[in-house]
Amino acid sequence: MNGFGIGADLFPLLAAVLAALTCGLLGNFLVLRRLSLMGDAISHSVLPGLVIAFLIAASRSPLVMFLGAAVAGVATVVLVELVKRLGRVEPGAAMGVVFSVLFALGVLLIRQVESLGNIDLDADCVLHGQLETLAWFGAPDSWSDLLSPATLGAVPRQVWTLLGMFALASVFVAALFKELRLAAFDPALATSQGFSAPALHYALMVLVAGATVASFEAVGSILVIAMLICPAAAARLLTDRLLPQIAVSLLAALVAAAGGYLGATAVPGAFGLGAVNAAGSMSVAAGVLVAGAVVASPRHGLVSSWLRRRALALSVARDDLLAGLYRAAESGAPTPAHTGLSAVRMARASGSARRAGLLSTGEPARLTPAGEHAAREVVRRHRLWEHYLVEEAGLAPDHVHPTAEKLEHTPLAPAGDPATDPHGRPIPPALAPDPPSRDIS
Amino acid sequence: MNAAAPLAHTATLADRPEHSPESPLSIHAMTVAYHRKPVLWDVDYDAPANRLIAIVGPNGAGKSTLIKGAMGLVPRASGLVEFWGQPYRAARSRVGYVPQRETVDWDFPVSALDVVCMGRYRSIGWCRPVSGAHKRAAMACLDRVGLAGYAGRQISQLSGGQQQRVFLARALAQEADLYFMDEPFAGVDAATERAIVEVLRELRGRGKTVICVHHDLQTVADYFDEVILLNMRVVAAGPVRTVFTRDNLHKTYGGRLTLLSEAAEAIARGEVG
Repeated sequence: MNGFGIGADLFPLLAAVLAALTCGLLGNFLVLRRLSLMGDAISHSVLPGLVIAFLIAASRSPLVMFLGAAVAGVATVVLVELVKRLGRVEPGAAMGVVFSVLFALGVLLIRQVESLGNIDLDADCVLHGQLETLAWFGAPDSWSDLLSPATLGAVPRQVWTLLGMFALASVFVAALFKELRLAAFDPALATSQGFSAPALHYALMVLVAGATVASFEAVGSILVIAMLICPAAAARLLTDRLLPQIAVSLLAALVAAAGGYLGATAVPGAFGLGAVNAAGSMSVAAGVLVAGAVVASPRHGLVSSWLRRRALALSVARDDLLAGLYRAAESGAPTPAHTGLSAVRMARASGSARRAGLLSTGEPARLTPAGEHAAREVVRRHRLWEHYLVEEAGLAPDHVHPTAEKLEHTPLAPAGDPATDPHGRPIPPALAPDPPSRDIS
Repeated sequence: MNAAAPLAHTATLADRPEHSPESPLSIHAMTVAYHRKPVLWDVDYDAPANRLIAIVGPNGAGKSTLIKGAMGLVPRASGLVEFWGQPYRAARSRVGYVPQRETVDWDFPVSALDVVCMGRYRSIGWCRPVSGAHKRAAMACLDRVGLAGYAGRQISQLSGGQQQRVFLARALAQEADLYFMDEPFAGVDAATERAIVEVLRELRGRGKTVICVHHDLQTVADYFDEVILLNMRVVAAGPVRTVFTRDNLHKTYGGRLTLLSEAAEAIARGEVG
């Protein structure tokens, strides 16, 4: 396989993208309700539903399969609820018990069906799907030839099913957006207002079961589980509103599906290697996106919290430097007492203070009027806190310095205007207006 | 729980001398059980209209359950509840609810204004988006609790007191006639406490009735007109100055009712039918 071929890749890619979008969309509400494992549970426990529906109707028509899956999906939710209540266990344990038992039941039933001789179900393809069966034999070679009625006729049934399921899920979420959001955020209020949270929950679970079964044949349950959880989880880290979260999750699903598919087919092809399982590669891509979101999330991400900590450390070091100079001037010492900062931190702190116009250039550095004001505020807060800790919180005077050393860097300061701190040093009175300064942070 | 029971209750509800069809909330013989263990036992209560009413009692007395049972949020083992003489389904739009703050996920991706808009959903109806008019009404409610400047904040960025005020604003947005509030004063700062009291009084001024689960016995007399002393049963209910007595409090918090709790435990263990 070399590069992208219309015949080999168009419909498999389309199916994968549609499955990813459908699951990614519905997954948002599972993640919000902290029920991500429910996607896992349902996608496993629909298996016995499919087999039983097949046994009863002796047909593999999409409608029969959908009904079987929907019944199994609802049964899963009911059983999880029952196990949780009667067994008094946490939801994760209840889901784990229910889906593993139901999946095992499905596997047993499949063996039974196979032994009867009318095999048409296979547990393996439930896991990784059969994207390769969607290859289009006799496809045109060029993209322009796709614009013909014959193309529509060639679209495989699985793609139509997925398209229908995606449309259904989109209409469901669009029509019931506000109800789903309310039921996920505050089920008690939703129910008391007449928007039954349990009913909405079951409707969502039926759709998850439907999405699962529609995706099964083409992409398998591993991808379904990955797409129900990963895009929404990544989007949850990157956004703080529901609509942007849904938009980002759809984009993530699209990127993971398309990227994973090309990564599985075109990339190994380019190196002369055989293609790898596309569903697996897409699931890995979805996982990589979550890892990326963990690192880069603006609020909770590793990078942003590292940057925040760094900025905080710098501003603390700068405060300490200025306060040290202030105290030295106060006591008439030629150089400030040792601040406990490393040489590198000291250099960075004084550089930052110079750029902010708080410290004069040239050696030795002196406080500018703005720097004097800032330093005085830090020392004032420090001594006010020491006074507070001794007088109000009842700490011993020789215990308060380390605590005040931390508290002086917060914008808070105890009220009141005591003249001296517990060690007898004067507390500089507050100066109302800030002199103009070029504070950068 | 037999089929004839509701009819029998209907008859008795109207027969009771203290019952009035104008009462915003009439509870008759309500029993609620969790895992077979009774939490509320045969509760009778009629709420007077246009009052601020506190539900007071020890932990596990069934205070939140009284509210949830009345609204049907937890199943009632037996009993009849009416709102202005109607079942809850018919009176839903006239009943507002403020759940305990800890019951929701404050990391949820919504803004303060989004949460307040949720109070309007009942009047907006199924499947319709929140219109500009509803958003403006919600904004006005946020303003009344002093949080107009925080409308666009994601709710996790608010302090505990501000979150409680957002909940209060959402209740105001419901424009109900009867409000149930589950511990609105729990864990809030002094400013929020004053703001909540102000809103409660304003609601009373506009003819509303508010029933609050309340923990702080010190403030009952200051904040409320009426009190329900609850410990599985209604120990006493009525105006604060006549009912909120040392003797009644002793009955509510003291050991007099422990036999009832022991019986409830026995039922939960299955030792009794």
